[in-house]
Amino acid sequence: MVSFLIDPFSLSFMQRGLVGGILIGMTCAVLGAFVVWRGMAFIGDAMAHTVLPGIVIAFLNGASLFVGALIAGIVTAVGIGWFSKDGQVREDSAIGIMFSGLFALGIALLSRVNSYQDLSHILFGNVLGVSWGDIAAITVVLIIVGAGVALFYKELVVTSFDPGHARAIGLSPATVRYGLLILLALAVVSGIQAVGVVMVVSLLVTPAATASLLTKRLDQVIVLGAGLSVLGTVTGLLASFHLDIATGPVIVLTLTGFFILTFLFAPKQGWLMRLMDGDLPRRAN
Amino acid sequence: MSKANRQQQDVPHSQALVIDDLTVAYNSKPAIWDIDLNVPEGVLMGIVGPNGAGKSTLIKASLNLIPRAAGTVRYYGKPYDQARSLVGYVPQRGSVDWDFPTSVVDVVMMGLYGKLGWFRRPGRKERELAMYALEQVSMQDFAERQISQLSGGQQQRTFLARALVQDAQIYFMDEPFAAVDAVTERAIVAILRELRAQGKTVIVVHHDLQTVEEYFDWVTLLNVEVVASGPTLEVFTADHLQQTYGGRVSYLHEADIALG
Repeated sequence: MVSFLIDPFSLSFMQRGLVGGILIGMTCAVLGAFVVWRGMAFIGDAMAHTVLPGIVIAFLNGASLFVGALIAGIVTAVGIGWFSKDGQVREDSAIGIMFSGLFALGIALLSRVNSYQDLSHILFGNVLGVSWGDIAAITVVLIIVGAGVALFYKELVVTSFDPGHARAIGLSPATVRYGLLILLALAVVSGIQAVGVVMVVSLLVTPAATASLLTKRLDQVIVLGAGLSVLGTVTGLLASFHLDIATGPVIVLTLTGFFILTFLFAPKQGWLMRLMDGDLPRRAN
Repeated sequence: MSKANRQQQDVPHSQALVIDDLTVAYNSKPAIWDIDLNVPEGVLMGIVGPNGAGKSTLIKASLNLIPRAAGTVRYYGKPYDQARSLVGYVPQRGSVDWDFPTSVVDVVMMGLYGKLGWFRRPGRKERELAMYALEQVSMQDFAERQISQLSGGQQQRTFLARALVQDAQIYFMDEPFAAVDAVTERAIVAILRELRAQGKTVIVVHHDLQTVEEYFDWVTLLNVEVVASGPTLEVFTADHLQQTYGGRVSYLHEADIALG
């Protein structure tokens, strides 16, 4: 049993995958608490897709993928804000337009230059492929995200819970939101290396949503979400090693499994306990 | 502009709030139109008017929460940006998500975030102030409770405590009595009177015309424009109510006659 758990990590690509995966999982889960409680799941998903052209353009020019993705992320944030500013276009429509438009641009660029191999890495992730250089970059992202959330925690909380009050006391919810979107762009670029563009929203949303079923304190949602995320990543790596399944999907499936189990069996808010308490809302006839 | 300047010079300090020519439009349709309002210090003022009269809009525009098409708002002669610490705001209870994972005392401490400024975290002192505010609304036993477990009245009292902890001079409250239990309503009324007794100015968006004369010594009747504003005894008349509400609510006259 121990060798089943330990042996795979004697291989250097598994070590890199483990370290990278843990760092990525923590980064995404920390922001995930805010993504979940601000109702930003859709914009998180959109951000993951819209950074694709940034990554591709940076890759083609030999520039930093992080910088390329970050620029694309900022373009997305500003673009969505600009399109929906005067209420001419609803925000979710603006997100949908930016999302599909920029993703299409990314795929179009990719299809001109690259083989499917590279495409699939970006779309579906490959945490076993991360280099020590990638890990250094991911570490920097984790530090920036962690420091950003720690320094601006109360501003993030008050603008999430009650933007009206935040504005009345002189905070700018829009500024905080842009800051959060930039952190989100950074986290998404990390996450893409583990599970790819298509599934990165899972790292952002699923652990935090699961943790929210278990605790009603935001700081605990963050810590618990990070823990679940790390557990999911390690499970994903092991399963992919022993069962020869692609790592990204296994990580996402594990996190989804955690969520379903928690939804059914959580001590207070789980479906089973509510059923036993007769607490479930009856369907209206 | 010249009118605003003149007002600023002429108005003595007893005017807590002076609003001049305030207009707010949504999609170029005016929600409130050319509002002029002088609210003296130390009054407990109700803002009443039909749905869509712009009552909440008036408050939000006064607090710079929504853009103005025109007009100025002065607190003791100063614009809101310079008077922020003088002003407390209790938004409508339904304006936030009460499932948000936070506790009652944490919400109350949000009232102190403005004074704390960036980077500083609330500490022991802030917690003590928050607990004191919770005692004033009889919620001290609920301090560590998750806000998702509160009743509507308890939610309202939590918001009230968050405003009290700011120790402001002027309070705006948007429908604090909406769908609360009788205990909460009495508790809120007691606090409003206590605030007035301390010389503070309280401005309340109010729905229940039956209680206007009992609760408020000053009243503004609003229907996009100000119909009348002044001491309740002078202003809260059948005539003005007719102008404010039109013919839509005939029982109002009877209520008014019975009370007046």
